[in-house]
Amino acid sequence: MREMREIKSEQIAEAVRKLCIDANCHLPADVKHSISASCEREPWAPAKETLERIVQNYRIADEGCQAICQDTGVACVFIEIGQDVHVAGSIEAAVNEGVRRGYEEGYLRKSVVLDPIERKNTGDNTPSMIYYDIVPGDQLSITVAPKGFGSENMSQIKMLKPSDGLQGVREFILKVVEEAGPNPCPPIVVGVGIGGTFDKSALIAKKALLRPVDQRNADPKYAALEEEMLAEINSLGIGPQGLGGKTTALAVNIEVLPTHIAGLPVAVNINCHAARHKTEVL
Amino acid sequence: MAITITTPMSREEARTLRAGDSCLITGTIYTARDAAHKRLCELIEKGEDLPFDVENAVIYYVGPTPAKPGQAIGSAGPTTAYRMDAYSPALIARGLTGMIGKGFRGEEVVSCMKEHGAVYFGAIGGCGALLGKCVRTSEVIAYEDLGAEAIRKMEVVDFPVTVIIDSEGNNLYKAGRAAYLASLNESGE
Repeated sequence: MREMREIKSEQIAEAVRKLCIDANCHLPADVKHSISASCEREPWAPAKETLERIVQNYRIADEGCQAICQDTGVACVFIEIGQDVHVAGSIEAAVNEGVRRGYEEGYLRKSVVLDPIERKNTGDNTPSMIYYDIVPGDQLSITVAPKGFGSENMSQIKMLKPSDGLQGVREFILKVVEEAGPNPCPPIVVGVGIGGTFDKSALIAKKALLRPVDQRNADPKYAALEEEMLAEINSLGIGPQGLGGKTTALAVNIEVLPTHIAGLPVAVNINCHAARHKTEVL
Repeated sequence: MAITITTPMSREEARTLRAGDSCLITGTIYTARDAAHKRLCELIEKGEDLPFDVENAVIYYVGPTPAKPGQAIGSAGPTTAYRMDAYSPALIARGLTGMIGKGFRGEEVVSCMKEHGAVYFGAIGGCGALLGKCVRTSEVIAYEDLGAEAIRKMEVVDFPVTVIIDSEGNNLYKAGRAAYLASLNESGE
């Protein structure tokens, strides 16, 4: 029998603590590059000015380790655990301990209410939203993606009919972006999940937001669809902050899954320009 | 050239502003978002006093991050405004003249703004680190139990905003987008 690699729950808590702070203060390099490149290309003067402010903002955040946005989100924590890893102690408790420490020590906002109807703030940004995947190997990968709700609220899911086909998918993506308008803080990143079940399409749409904005789907067919949808979205004229302009989206990231003969689920998960996530592998 | 606004802002002053105007706000503003608005409107319904004078006031829709040592406040950018639509008309009727947020507003809010003379300003969403620097002092004056959602009295200097919807109902989201798309037709793209 293969020997299990032991990881202590404290290692997980410490990694999550650090990832919460880093993710909230330092935008990924690919997102920064995409924003600054869009700023250079933006032909509409007011839009260019808005993008310049956004660039200025992430620089201030970087230099002072200051939250990029005051909505430091609900902490979405993606765990990929190798089959040959054994964790001593509760993973869930360790992740939440890390979130608790990170949000306190990083001067981050606590935005979680315990009950969706009663709405009392838990005061420490826990519980986090944890997603687990079991993978081969003896490593444990943790990604923290703080998700703000200005953009989360503008996300939608639809169970299309198979006869709606690719055109139905295109139209639904554009409808979601159009209806969102200025609300999700454009320029946005558009995560799309096609196929699976009702819940799995939403899950892969969220996971699509973790992919670098300059990396296209490995399947050339979907890579082409990503490029096409980005061009379509950027011809809508919504622009940065919805004030008009070319730069409405930085990227469209599409993930797909097999699905049922009777269905074509499509989920569109929108992220604001502060498309934050950070990974550590233990 | 940006228009300088010193709060409190009278209805007459609010009526002079036009959608698309760039403004720099200096003076006292009050923060409130979902939970605080709900409580304010419950007080109005009961006919009780509000924790601050709404007459000629500007409310900023923000839930800031905590201040680090030496800071007045942490990151402090706008939150999406439509969630306050259910509550804004009652506050505008009480004399509120300015709201700072981002995103769409409902028809009922806009007609109330036209009736009483109020404006809706947009600040750049997702720029909390930058906007927080314009806040000189910040003090919780009500609902401390709400944490980030408590009502804060803030002193701001040259806080940058753009008039999104003016007191005549003109809307920069519509006008800005239309102007950009028209510029594409002119340039033959």
